[in-house]
Amino acid sequence: MPSFDAILIGGGVNGLACAARLAGKGRRVLLLEAKAQPGGGAGTVEFAPGFHVPALAQTTQGLDPRVMAGMGLERHGLAFHPALTTTALSATGDHLIVSGGRAGGPDAEAFAALHRKLADFARVLAPFRGIAPPRLTNKGNEWGKLARYGLGIRALGQAEFREFLRMILINVYDVVQDELTDDRLKGLIAFDTTLGSWLGPRSPNSLILYLNRLAVGADPLLPKGGMGALAAAMARAAQAAGVEIRSASPVARVLVEGDRATGVVTEAGEELRAGLVVSAINPRLTFQRLVGPRHLDAGFFTRTHHIRSRGAAAKLHLALKGVPEFRGADLRSRLVIAPSVEAVEACFNPGKYGEVPKAPVLEAILPSAHEPGLAPAGQHCLSAIVQFAPHSPKAGVEAARAEMLENTLAVLEAHAPGLRALITHAEMLMPQDIEARFGMVGGNWHHGELAVEQMLFNRPLREAAQYATPLPGLWLAGAGSHPGGGINGASGWNAAERILAEGRA
Amino acid sequence: MIATSKTPLDHFRTPLLQTPFHARTAPANRLNHWGPWAGYMTALCYGDSDMEYTAIRNGASVYDLCPMVKYAVRGREAAAYLNRLTIRNAAKLSVGGVHYTVWCDDAGKILDDGTLFRHAEDHYVICCQERHLGWLLDSAEGFEVTVEEITEDIAALSLQGPCSATVLGAAGFDVSALKPFRMARFPFEGGEITVSRTGFTGDLGYELWMAPDQALPFWDHLFAAGAPWNIRPIGTDALNLARIEAGFIITNMDFIPADQALREDRPRSPLEMGLDWMIDWEKGHFTGRRALLAEREKGSDWALIGLEVPGNISAEGSILYYGKKVEAGFITAAAWSPSVKKSIALAQVPARHRGGHDLWVEIYALRELQYVKLMLPVTVVERPFFNPARKRATPPGRV
Repeated sequence: MPSFDAILIGGGVNGLACAARLAGKGRRVLLLEAKAQPGGGAGTVEFAPGFHVPALAQTTQGLDPRVMAGMGLERHGLAFHPALTTTALSATGDHLIVSGGRAGGPDAEAFAALHRKLADFARVLAPFRGIAPPRLTNKGNEWGKLARYGLGIRALGQAEFREFLRMILINVYDVVQDELTDDRLKGLIAFDTTLGSWLGPRSPNSLILYLNRLAVGADPLLPKGGMGALAAAMARAAQAAGVEIRSASPVARVLVEGDRATGVVTEAGEELRAGLVVSAINPRLTFQRLVGPRHLDAGFFTRTHHIRSRGAAAKLHLALKGVPEFRGADLRSRLVIAPSVEAVEACFNPGKYGEVPKAPVLEAILPSAHEPGLAPAGQHCLSAIVQFAPHSPKAGVEAARAEMLENTLAVLEAHAPGLRALITHAEMLMPQDIEARFGMVGGNWHHGELAVEQMLFNRPLREAAQYATPLPGLWLAGAGSHPGGGINGASGWNAAERILAEGRA
Repeated sequence: MIATSKTPLDHFRTPLLQTPFHARTAPANRLNHWGPWAGYMTALCYGDSDMEYTAIRNGASVYDLCPMVKYAVRGREAAAYLNRLTIRNAAKLSVGGVHYTVWCDDAGKILDDGTLFRHAEDHYVICCQERHLGWLLDSAEGFEVTVEEITEDIAALSLQGPCSATVLGAAGFDVSALKPFRMARFPFEGGEITVSRTGFTGDLGYELWMAPDQALPFWDHLFAAGAPWNIRPIGTDALNLARIEAGFIITNMDFIPADQALREDRPRSPLEMGLDWMIDWEKGHFTGRRALLAEREKGSDWALIGLEVPGNISAEGSILYYGKKVEAGFITAAAWSPSVKKSIALAQVPARHRGGHDLWVEIYALRELQYVKLMLPVTVVERPFFNPARKRATPPGRV
């Protein structure tokens, strides 16, 4: 008799959300986290003595409302700072402030109109994030919801629906060229679209990633106490719901008995059994390392290699002995350096050939500007996501990291003269480092590139798109499944709903 | 610089390869009647298909098997690998044994059938109709095995007929103790040949495997030894008639490999082809198992059946009807059988028609340049249609 109804592998945001949902419905759930603390991509790290930065993700567009309410996260101490304003930095100090779908500058009206339109599209697409993706076969589809959400798109009205169809698969470069004139704004939208992806602004279908971002929230949020506080609140909420969390318990493999996943074997050699096993870690690692080819069909197993998972985002952490000065920019805003849409595209190009961009584009926040205690008094820490790092650097990872750091610091120095002199410690995490630290194949933040051809019923693979996998008793609940990553929890919650609906736990 | 290629640059002048026996089969082919088979020239008929068929059933016939595609599977986990790949239990096949088997895609649809030879604990050879190196290599991931195509490294003949054992004896290879689906090795001219008691005729017969450079000396030796029994090379036409009598199916004639099918409803499962007896459900996971289990639960869409047809016109290519009106499947192979003295056929029918109730075949019979339409009632019969005891007798009868 198994001691648990379900074993969750991986205590990231999705794993916690899934576990909490299952436990909240009365299931006995054991969550196994490989690291010392749950949280996955959401965490806080002291990268230099006294300097605390987000370990990976530095903001969230917002947690899935079902996760927020269903886990009672506010009760468990999760709070956010007011939504971040974005400053599109200019090297001359001619910054542009963007917030709540409004921007200053010459394009103020055009941007407001564009934002309204895209936000409308995002609004009608958002509900699809909250259900299992439909399949082409007449199996397992939530027809009622699909019909309602489909009608919701049509209800945009004839003109807007036409626009929707015209734009749904367009690239963001064409959109900003059509609609805007301000390079700062075009650069910002192009940057936000491609953040965490392996697409340039001109890559086919890139706009859909922007819609996906808007579907979650318009402005980024910073949890009070840092990303680690978000993870801690989720862990507390999961435990309160009855989830047993075991940290520092990496799983070696999934136990398969009688053609069914019946539990796991930890790296320490302990066998744990449950009615079902839910993997919230990377789908490729799940199938290739934890299950292995012997329990899977050859065609399916081969295709697990084809889940594209290139990471292009690098993570920069700086310890600063003083206050950096970005020519007057608000240090509590999100600082984006993406001077034009061409500049973003120009950063994507070298990565394709294993090279480092000359002038990387980036998004920086200063956590220490938001709350004390994250850096020693009078000092600051800067956290930045820098794109596009080569997923397969020609010169090797070490050389690429050094060049990426140098080029990034040069860009920062150009926007904040004197910043380099303030640096007491610098750390650049390349996609390869992110892969090693967080188990994200290729360093891709979504555990599989988020792109049209890897969305919905193709995420991560057709046979596993609705969270159930070809191996009976094994489910997926991570960002590698629909709707994908970001600090959001929708994949995990969807998976739990699916498991509960099928009565499998 | 032009890279040196294994394929000579004038390969287009001989688009079909010649087998190692070509120097003997070409002069014997009095009709010069060749057909393509897996990239090789193969004799369809040497001179008289009736005489060639008669050699299969009454004497000793020799068929050039070289174009059969062959893969060597070697390594500590060869058996485990083959158990994941194929539906039958390869671990239960003892060393020196051979079995007929099938492998499927994820959907449980047949990719190919073939014979599996176990030469050692860790050494098997797959012999099949189509090429599958990509699939076999994909399937090898995670297993301690190597898979290598060895089609061109082995020359092979099929010696079939009631006199085949006697001819081998006269040639110095005593196969009297060799049971069906077993192999034996014999020295030959400083080398070795492998004899397996296998074949595609449903008769007493052997397949003879050798290195390509042994091909011509061996052919000469065999034909000299077999002369008193009127040993005769046979073409594909005669073999096809014998295999229909034996009820055997052929890839790309009786079913289409799942990876080659363009139409969604064309691939067939082992259940649909009447091969469910081979499936080892208990051996652990194999590719397609879950799909086949689901099919077993819900029932198959198609069934392969053997039919007898009145009259003597072959029903080849014909369509079947239920109650003479509603289409109900089609004939995949048919012939008038000289041994059974009946018109016989293999057919695929929707599973509900497997019993054959009120089933009719519409035959277009060509009578002096004019087609005549026949609508004939068919009867479902057991396969094989022709099943002589000599096929199984050990020791085989001396003649």
